[in-house]
Amino acid sequence: MAINAAPAVELEVVEERQRRDLGRLPWTSLVIIAVLVVVAVFAPLIATHSPTEQSLPDKLKPPAWQEGGGREHLLGTDMLGRDLFSRLVYGARVSLTVAAFALLSGGLIGLAVGIVAGYSGGKTDAFLMRVVDATLTFPTILIALLLAVSLGAGLRTIVIAITVIIWARFARVVRGEVLGVKTRDFVSLARVHGCSHVRIMAIHILPNVMNTFMVLLTLHIGFVIIVEASLSFLGAGIPPPTPSWGQMVADGRSHIASAWWLAALPGIAIMLVVLAFNLFGDWLRDWLDPRLRQV
Amino acid sequence: MLLEVRDLHAHLQTRWGLVKAVDGVSFSIETGETLGLVGESGSGKSMTALSLLRLLPSPAGRIVRGQVLLEGEDLVTKSEREMRHVRGRKISMILQDPQTSLNPVFNVGNQLVEALRAHGARGRAMLRKRAEDALRSVKVAAPADRLRAFPHQMSGGMKQRVVGAISIASEPKLLIADEPTTALDVTIQLQYLMLLKDVQARMGLGMLFITHDFGIVARMCDRVAVMYAGRIVETGPVRALFKAPQHPYTQALMASVPRMEGRVTRLPSIEGQPPALHRLPAGCRFAPRCRYAEERCRAQYPSTFAVGGRHEAACWRAELSRT
Repeated sequence: MAINAAPAVELEVVEERQRRDLGRLPWTSLVIIAVLVVVAVFAPLIATHSPTEQSLPDKLKPPAWQEGGGREHLLGTDMLGRDLFSRLVYGARVSLTVAAFALLSGGLIGLAVGIVAGYSGGKTDAFLMRVVDATLTFPTILIALLLAVSLGAGLRTIVIAITVIIWARFARVVRGEVLGVKTRDFVSLARVHGCSHVRIMAIHILPNVMNTFMVLLTLHIGFVIIVEASLSFLGAGIPPPTPSWGQMVADGRSHIASAWWLAALPGIAIMLVVLAFNLFGDWLRDWLDPRLRQV
Repeated sequence: MLLEVRDLHAHLQTRWGLVKAVDGVSFSIETGETLGLVGESGSGKSMTALSLLRLLPSPAGRIVRGQVLLEGEDLVTKSEREMRHVRGRKISMILQDPQTSLNPVFNVGNQLVEALRAHGARGRAMLRKRAEDALRSVKVAAPADRLRAFPHQMSGGMKQRVVGAISIASEPKLLIADEPTTALDVTIQLQYLMLLKDVQARMGLGMLFITHDFGIVARMCDRVAVMYAGRIVETGPVRALFKAPQHPYTQALMASVPRMEGRVTRLPSIEGQPPALHRLPAGCRFAPRCRYAEERCRAQYPSTFAVGGRHEAACWRAELSRT
């Protein structure tokens, strides 16, 4: 009888959990992320000007709310008279594109290496992890600069550079997780039931490290955006005139005393977006934690 | 004869040296029969079981010598690919801890279907029905609802029953149960054992039941093999062995089962420690702890002597009692 009564109780618990979780959703970061995505996708509709069109008579106009600012240029213009608002809008595209491609390639490579290393153990593990260590000892920006110089600046180079940097971070964390998962009995039982190693990695190990992987992804979006901005800031990123937030900060640096908005506004944009993704990642980690699930 | 193990030797390479975890073990199991494998921790019970499946920890562990005949076919010489067909389909296993025996990210239905599919069942509706039947066969209430449940939504006893359902879904010939009730509530233990016995009778399974609990052996097994330091020291029908244990180790082991009637001030125990497996004594491995040990015991490992119908003991004293 007790067994029959059990499912009803559990259903209530599940509903209760869903209600509770909705209340705790990280609304602030979700709104920022949503705005970012919408802006990036519909950039041509949202931007008031072309991001690359120069107009020297209008150069260094302050934002609309400051003395001397006009309705024409909402966030002012840069030293070439380009509309700052429109450049920020198009810059969101660059940031998101780089983040998406770099995370996808770097993340997947890291995931695969981590699972293979953790599951195989022994010499394979030792070898792969030494490669990871070697990768991690290089300063991030140095690798990226080297690659940018040798491959030529551009979107593709940035994606490759960031992939090279982040795969090792993914691999290391995923491997650690796999070490924990593979000692559990269901892995041994899968062997007992005649599964091959490849099948065990794909069917039993992979889904168990997906939580960690998703959290890693979100926590690294911020990192990737910063690396892209840093590279563009150093001149090894997206070549002008394509707007990129990092490059905008770099360009505005020399005018910081006279035209603060040039460096400050893209800087604030980077900060908000990175913060939003990190908050979302934190929330996701808590939400996916199996220990909290089992309550 | 369903399973016949002949002179099996399995060695483990550890940082302390070569460990002879299984050192010349022979036993047999017939269809529908349960053999209890009893011994303390580190006596080689689980290593013996893993050797049968050829799943010794790799690369440290390795079968050095001997035969494992399953329905007459030697498993030791089979290729890895052939072994995958044996595992799950002919030999299946239940492990100790139901908490980790199920994959936490899939619901019960998925995991059952996975096992059924490996056995060759096809078709969504068909698989679903078979999965439900499998749950019903291990007496899970409301099986259709349970298929959607995740492992963390179930109790330990329920999980262990699901593990049982998965391991018999492929209709194996031999089931290895490695202390399947150790992690269960005492009230659930008996229930689970009866269920296993019921399933076994229905399917005509041969069962290798690994435990250190003589109470469970008495309930579950037809025959018992007592292991000590990698070797079987005594084997016989449950009744005969319980009535007249021949090997001093078996006797001592049984004497240390606490009696519930009457007051005791001190629980009896066996003096000393089992020998380190990488530094085994030359003669009988139990000699250092045996109160009957003589010169010969320390010098020479005793042969195995028949002391009754299918009842054998590896002890020089058994030779005396026979003559």
